Amino acid sequence: MEWTDEGIILGVRRHGESSAIVELLTRGHGRHLGLVRGGAGSKLRPLLQPGNSVSAVWRARLDEHLGYYLLEGTRMRAATVLASSHAVYGVTHLASLARLLPERDPHEDIYEMLERTLNDFDDVGDAATHLIRFELAMLAELGFGLDLSSCAATGTTSELIYVSPKSGGAVSRAAGEPWRDKLLRLPPFLREDNGGHNGWSDQDLQDGFDLTGRFLLRNVLEPRGQGHSDARDGFINAVTKHLARVAIL
Amino acid sequence: MAIAVAGPEIERLIQLLARLPGLGPRSARRAALHLIKKREALMAPLSAALQVAIEKIQVCKVCGNIDTQDPCTVCTDPRRDPSIIVVVADVADLWALERASATNGQYHVLGATLSPLDGVGPQDLTIDALVARAHDPKVTEIILALNATVDGQTTAHYITDLLQEAGVKVTRLAHGVPVGGELDYLDEGTLSAAMRQRTLF
Repeated sequence: MEWTDEGIILGVRRHGESSAIVELLTRGHGRHLGLVRGGAGSKLRPLLQPGNSVSAVWRARLDEHLGYYLLEGTRMRAATVLASSHAVYGVTHLASLARLLPERDPHEDIYEMLERTLNDFDDVGDAATHLIRFELAMLAELGFGLDLSSCAATGTTSELIYVSPKSGGAVSRAAGEPWRDKLLRLPPFLREDNGGHNGWSDQDLQDGFDLTGRFLLRNVLEPRGQGHSDARDGFINAVTKHLARVAIL
Repeated sequence: MAIAVAGPEIERLIQLLARLPGLGPRSARRAALHLIKKREALMAPLSAALQVAIEKIQVCKVCGNIDTQDPCTVCTDPRRDPSIIVVVADVADLWALERASATNGQYHVLGATLSPLDGVGPQDLTIDALVARAHDPKVTEIILALNATVDGQTTAHYITDLLQEAGVKVTRLAHGVPVGGELDYLDEGTLSAAMRQRTLF
């Protein structure tokens, strides 16, 4: 068995003295593990960092075997993210989210979204909106997508500013007004009727994290006996601090 | 099935030696044979040294270093600067810095770095003890000498957040071109990090 694909490194675990088991999210073969000979050595260590993009050749005698990877770096992002706290927490959190996908099951949309997110991670605010969108996409990919296209109560497609915490459906301003304290807020950058408006405020980012965090926890993490990763909390904390610093300046 | 060429005691010695890092079954067999040939000159002193080490080795309650005394030699050395704490992930990193005589400060060994893949969380590291040490009025600087990996730097940022209230200067090691490194062979990430952190010449 042999295939060649592009992938993004999600994690690396040392195996024996010199090898490593590398976990990739590949475009065509999904989340896929493989052994890299010499992966624990100093030569390959810079390449085998979460967030780096690679060209991967996977070989095994049988399809169900772990197999061996031959990897070549195509975009080395890890060194550039190390200096900023939001980026380093973000990469760790994105990798832990992608790890929720079943193994060896292709998710090309998620792969492309992860690549776009990692490519656009320099600006703190943009990184936050990308990460919220990625969490939303992960919910959909795992079968718990939110219906943000029309109001769950009236069917209208305009002024969708709330989300029902029960159904995950959008709720319009008029229909949601009596229960506004119980509903989650839908930030403008996630609204489908926003006419391509991608602006955000600090409150929008907080609303976005509350929204995806609630459904990820209830539908995906808690049934697996997990909670939100420390990296997610660290990312939100880093974004909040950065925005507070910018506001003071 | 392989036929044993020596008695069970010698086979056991070979099996145990083969568990050491860097040694496989073949090299373990060679090492065992070498020890047996130099029984008086090498094997007996090695055995005695191992026995003493078993009895005396302790983990320093202050910094987490391994030594035969608690607090360790580094912590009790009066020539050390108590205002600086160098944070390392592992005892091997501490020894590496000591070999290089890179710092005169004291150390703090975390035990590992945060790693979601390996299930290592903040509760598995000695971060609480570090935060407590950082609140000592004598301490003015914490140097985060952690690996330049995503896990290492995630740990560094996490610790930095926790140390904000301690009122100490938190620094980290520089990232860039290694001594003997040729630019042509460096990955683009390291190069761009080195370029960003360039210094006045």
